[in-house]
Amino acid sequence: MRHVTIHLYWVGKPLQTLPNRQFALLAFFIPILPHEYPPMTLATNLPTTQTRSTAATFTGLKCKECGADYEAKAIHVCEYCFGPLEVVYDYSALRRTVTRESIQAGPNSIWRYRAFLPVDSDNPIDVGTGMTPLVKANRLARRLGLKNLYIKNDAVNMPTLSFKDRVVSVALTRARELGFTTVSCASTGNLANSTAAIAAHAGLECCVFIPSDLEAGKVLGTLIYGPTVIAVHGNYDQVNRLCSEVANTHGWGFVNINLRPYYSEGSKTLGYEVAEQLGWQLPDHIVAPLASGSLFTKIHKGFQEFIKVGLVDEKPVRFSGAQAEGCSPIAQAYRDNQDFITPVKPKTIAKSIAIGNPADGVYALEIARKTNGNIESVNDQEIIDGIKLLAETEGIFTETAGGTTVAVLKKLVEAGKINPDETTVVYITGNGLKTQEAVQGYIGEPLTIEPKLEAFERALERAQTLGRLDWQPVTV
Amino acid sequence: MAVKVLIPTPLQQFTANQAAIECEGTTIHGLLETLEQDFPGIKARLCDDEGKLRRFINFYVNSEDIRFLQGADTVLAAGDEVSIVPAVAGG
Repeated sequence: MRHVTIHLYWVGKPLQTLPNRQFALLAFFIPILPHEYPPMTLATNLPTTQTRSTAATFTGLKCKECGADYEAKAIHVCEYCFGPLEVVYDYSALRRTVTRESIQAGPNSIWRYRAFLPVDSDNPIDVGTGMTPLVKANRLARRLGLKNLYIKNDAVNMPTLSFKDRVVSVALTRARELGFTTVSCASTGNLANSTAAIAAHAGLECCVFIPSDLEAGKVLGTLIYGPTVIAVHGNYDQVNRLCSEVANTHGWGFVNINLRPYYSEGSKTLGYEVAEQLGWQLPDHIVAPLASGSLFTKIHKGFQEFIKVGLVDEKPVRFSGAQAEGCSPIAQAYRDNQDFITPVKPKTIAKSIAIGNPADGVYALEIARKTNGNIESVNDQEIIDGIKLLAETEGIFTETAGGTTVAVLKKLVEAGKINPDETTVVYITGNGLKTQEAVQGYIGEPLTIEPKLEAFERALERAQTLGRLDWQPVTV
Repeated sequence: MAVKVLIPTPLQQFTANQAAIECEGTTIHGLLETLEQDFPGIKARLCDDEGKLRRFINFYVNSEDIRFLQGADTVLAAGDEVSIVPAVAGG
């Protein structure tokens, strides 16, 4: 076990080299109120051995570009054309065996959709991931002038508070099935948090690669699980390249490289859950963040699969994507009406979606165009305002990716690109406690007082005055 | 003009399972030709029928994406490291 020898050296290293490492770490530990947690699944005790099911519904992998077929091994690109590989399912078997009732009788986690996921063990790694709240966002809707707005709140996904727990639960289950004992990933933060946490739960060795300038909460939220953390001087695209080179020679399971076909399927559950939570019907319009473009395409695939097997009625759903202006190669291609993506070097506070060379960007473009959706970008100030708007209207504290998505939602509404009557679902994919740096200095401060009633009364009056001033368009 | 080339796993069947090789070339175009001479069949995997680099493959020279340089015309110097990397998802 070669990697174990460098373990101790690396664990402390990235934190020491980070500037402002103390910044906001304490607040990261503020417990989240219990009611924000989704209900726990019952199946959290994982047997140490896995059992193979005879009812695997996937049959192999297929190149999305040239159609070449492959066995369901740890490979991610076509040998002939380098197109991405997609999992192939037996949909006629799914149609026969899966019903709304059989899904509802399953665990209260993503594994209720196990038949649509590329694993063949009967006891997948279930840490209560998925089945996050779908919140009817009445106050945000009213503020924006919409009538039927929902928030899919993966800011409270389990166990690491981002949608990445979905993809990692699938990837690590498959990694175990394929015999890997060490798992790895390149990450903008959330994926590293999730891979480290779920690897710890599953007893897998873990080594993750991150850009060295990530937010303190994201770094700490990985280190706590005890993986080897490699902080690379460079942006995510450079980390990703390095990680791919490591994958050439290290026989590990890289969740976003050689396990990518399985990993990315986990995002389909964001489509399934919304359909189920809307009462087994599809929304009219979804708005989701775009980084590599994978999440966006998989939500689409999830909806299509539910139509294909008869779980929901067919219906056109518009897909709109959100990017940060400082890293918006997909939005740029959309505006320029191009069918290819020109990579960019990211410069934005929205680090979790700062991917300058998005692997699935062309597919995201295709989907936005063919569904009559849009792809829009917003600047850093709009992202901060988006975070605050969601917090103040719905009580949901999201990270920069969510701020981007809310800000794009607002921009699309203002441009008349979302019909107020459309049932619109906004995907909030991560938690604001991880990116506190982004809003530091843009929010209020506590009113610090002596423990005296009189001091409180003065402070309250001051607070109310400040509150009234907020409503007046005058400078004081 | 020997440069070091990092070979991704799906192409290592052409290079006798070597993950890194030495090769001659003054540009990426030229490098592709010498790669084809040394490892017949490899170019068809990297380029489409029109000879253009496939869209799901990335080339880097000394860690820089060639799309930020001069693309396939990017000039190579002795000792440069060229990395061939398939597109990957993530975040």
